Amino acid sequence: MTATPALVPAMAPVTRSAASMAEDVVLDVEDLSVSFVSPQGIVPAAREVSFEVRRGETLAMVGESGSGKSVTSLAILRLTPPAPQCRIEGRVRLRAGDRRVHDLLALPEARMRELRGSAAAMVFQEPMTSLNPVHKIGDQIAEAVRFHSALSKRGALDRAAELLDLVGIPDVRRRMSSYPHQLSGGMRQRVMIAIALSCEPVLLIADEPTTALDVTIQAQILELLHDLQQRTQMALLFITHNLGVVAEIADRVIVMYAGRVVEEAAVLPLFKRPLMPYTQGLLRSVPRLDLAGRRCDELAAIPGNVPDPLALPPGCSFAPRCAHRVPELCDARVPLLEGAGAEHFVRCARWASLAEGAPP
Amino acid sequence: MTSPVGAIDGPPAKPALTSRWDSPALRRFRRHRLAVFGAVTILVLTLACIVGPFLLPFTDTFIDIRQRFAPPLSGAHVLGTDQLGRDMLARLLMAGRISLAVGFAAMAISMVIGVCVGLVAGYYGGAIGAVLMRFVDAMLCFPSIFLLLAVSAFIHPGVETIILLIAFTAWMEVARIVEAQIKALRERDFAVAAEALGASDARVMIRELLPNAIAPIVVAATLNVAHAILAESYISFLGYGIQPPTPSWGNMLDNAQGYLTSAPWLAMLPGAMITLAVTSFNFIGDGLRDALDPRTDAR
Amino acid sequence: MKQPEALLEVRDLHKWFPLRRRLLSRAREVVKAVDGVSFDVRRGEVLSLVGESGSGKSTVGRSVLRLTVPTAGTIRFAGTDITHFSRRQMRPFRQRMQLVFQDPYASLNPRMTVEGILAAPLEIHGRAASRSDRRDKIEEALRLVGLLPQHAARYPHEFSGGQRQRIGIARALMTGPELLIADEPVSALDVSIQAQVVNLLVELKRRLGLTILFVAHDLAVVGHISDRIAVMYLGRLVELAETRELFGNPRHPYTEALLSAAPIPDPTFKRERIVLAGDIPSPVNPPSGCSFRTRCPYALPACGEARPPLREVAPGHFKACIRDDLRLRAPG
Repeated sequence: MTATPALVPAMAPVTRSAASMAEDVVLDVEDLSVSFVSPQGIVPAAREVSFEVRRGETLAMVGESGSGKSVTSLAILRLTPPAPQCRIEGRVRLRAGDRRVHDLLALPEARMRELRGSAAAMVFQEPMTSLNPVHKIGDQIAEAVRFHSALSKRGALDRAAELLDLVGIPDVRRRMSSYPHQLSGGMRQRVMIAIALSCEPVLLIADEPTTALDVTIQAQILELLHDLQQRTQMALLFITHNLGVVAEIADRVIVMYAGRVVEEAAVLPLFKRPLMPYTQGLLRSVPRLDLAGRRCDELAAIPGNVPDPLALPPGCSFAPRCAHRVPELCDARVPLLEGAGAEHFVRCARWASLAEGAPP
Repeated sequence: MTSPVGAIDGPPAKPALTSRWDSPALRRFRRHRLAVFGAVTILVLTLACIVGPFLLPFTDTFIDIRQRFAPPLSGAHVLGTDQLGRDMLARLLMAGRISLAVGFAAMAISMVIGVCVGLVAGYYGGAIGAVLMRFVDAMLCFPSIFLLLAVSAFIHPGVETIILLIAFTAWMEVARIVEAQIKALRERDFAVAAEALGASDARVMIRELLPNAIAPIVVAATLNVAHAILAESYISFLGYGIQPPTPSWGNMLDNAQGYLTSAPWLAMLPGAMITLAVTSFNFIGDGLRDALDPRTDAR
Repeated sequence: MKQPEALLEVRDLHKWFPLRRRLLSRAREVVKAVDGVSFDVRRGEVLSLVGESGSGKSTVGRSVLRLTVPTAGTIRFAGTDITHFSRRQMRPFRQRMQLVFQDPYASLNPRMTVEGILAAPLEIHGRAASRSDRRDKIEEALRLVGLLPQHAARYPHEFSGGQRQRIGIARALMTGPELLIADEPVSALDVSIQAQVVNLLVELKRRLGLTILFVAHDLAVVGHISDRIAVMYLGRLVELAETRELFGNPRHPYTEALLSAAPIPDPTFKRERIVLAGDIPSPVNPPSGCSFRTRCPYALPACGEARPPLREVAPGHFKACIRDDLRLRAPG
């Protein structure tokens, strides 16, 4: 991986820059860029993404396909394909349970592997691909437990049962000896969460964990994640495309578009007073359940398509689809992510004039 | 920890490509050095066999008793002569015509049979599919080389009969490949869409499904040529195949048996031709397999 | 329940899929994907079938199109009983009822150009008089769904998901159908593209006078597009009503739970959520009586005794639940 080279001896956690990281910040991502080398050229999947996640906080990362949200989350844990195909730049720092700060992109792979699971864990959209179909559920969780702890096989199995109980799986003893295909989608996702939680991580990254599930099951999983977070005070980075889920679970929200962060705010201002025209468009284009039946005839769709990552517009990536575009302003250069009030950031050259002109 | 397979949502959709047999496949094929070598070899070999005999000073049947057993690179005969003083180069090229023609023709016939059986079995499934595929299994169990020998012992072996015989023993693998492909493709939405439009079975099979199964069929076809050339050599070597004076690489080998020590080139030259042709086709098959599988692009 | 203007009448539709018999097991098990469903689709309306995975909603759609043979029941299209029609008999009807798929990547043949894909319906039904007529019809269809004539020469992989879905809709419209069955047409699309496709369907319905059977799981989208909604659970209809009535006054506990579980994109929207316990039971062994009773917060012992019939509890409002004493909550 072509990250910043490790200047410190291997196996020693990097603590030099800990001072700049506030005490309650668990994950600090600075200028993270991820690009893929493809036959057609270099595809920038994420560009200069910066954010923090604090203890006990849920940060939702929202975006459509190709926005770079999943790539960002994978790059944080260095789970992207290896170096020649994929380039990662920037800095990712994680404060582990013992308060030590690790510079993730500079760690040797062995050390990184230890941190994955123990300090930071991940839950994916499709649990079936992450579970091994030929091993029993209980054994799979116990294995994850033993990988990061000195427990005996017996102890690990007990811990696995405890975890399954924690994630609300009924009839734990019987479920321990089930195979993944014998479980429903919701149950499998619970198992994945149990594995992720096996070593009490300080950070849980959930990448579209409810997208493949039915609404009634989605509600169960969201509730579960919320409860677990309350109990363990872990930081949760929740990646989704569903704005309804965001409204439900998030404390703060990052909106991504074409690989960049375009807006960041606490959940309330983001939904009540979005500043970036893309965020506004996204919110308007979602049909509202509470307004159903009162049919306004047309949904306010955002025209056009997501830009081709190999031929991004020179200025604001959203400009070609934006109703407020002023060519000389928006196409000249990529707007900066500007502060627009308390903890509210927006990447739009016209946000100030738009905010004045339009009623909130 | 578990692996994150399938969780990546980027890099997003590939940009537009200009044609169907798009350059990525060609590029992957070119990267496969042995496959390129095989393709060039087969091209040169085929051309030489077609054009060569017209350019040589000797025909393959011209007997020059004074020049019997002339070793290669001695005098007028570049690759030497055989026990009757016939020019080896002329004979090898004429034999190549026969062997390659048998290879390609047998491949074509076996492909037609295999594709038809596989298509029908995969598309209809159920009882029809089961009966057809069990028949394929039964045929596969039968040792085809003995079948070839047994049948050719009864009928007069000519080029056409040899082609048919080889084709009838080589179509089963193709049928299995096509059946598996069609069975999977049939469940895809675009096949359902065609059905919902009221398309006939034949239209769905030929217009919608078959073009999507073309890659493995092409690979199988290439490997089938190699198989057919080899099969022809076997039976001709054993004397049941192409009959002298018509030369084929197989019966040239057979003919050379008596002179292994005195004139080793009589065996080595046709042997080398068979090896060259068969391995070339196999290399091309391997190359095509990689090139036509888009999943190998990542590497 | 019979409406004179019904374009599609489905009566007591059953579709059972036999499971492969297990070794040493006598009983032949069946998946009751659709287990006695009746409804009408009136000419010019949008009726939605809503349900979670395994509810049988897609199977109803496929049965109506006769892409599968129903196990029992009748399907009448424009007054004709098509339940047992042969392939040949179905052909003229295929022009009149068409399907839009969920996955815009799988539903277009990757080896055909857009022109080839759109020409197929014309060729199959002999609807193009000449080459130029064919081209005109394809251009018209492309324009109708918001694409350009020059897109005809391209292959599906050159388009984004939303554009592919437009191509799929164009194909369905080539034969000038009266009934469109849209099977989760937007659930594979991005949020901003979903709205485009929903708008397109609404507009097409208005311009072409289409009747749409909309199969979906997303209540918000369904609420936006449909005139009436039928809620399915484990192969049965549990409630059917006009959209506004269903959302404002749900009568079946499952509808209530479904409405309550759907996340609403408004952080200030606080409600007491009903989180259903457990998973959807297997359609191989559905619970006796009311199939929802195992997850229902209001279940009584009586619910397990007999299967509750779908009955009209208010004008145009049907439900299959024995409890009429419930006051269920609606969102909004």
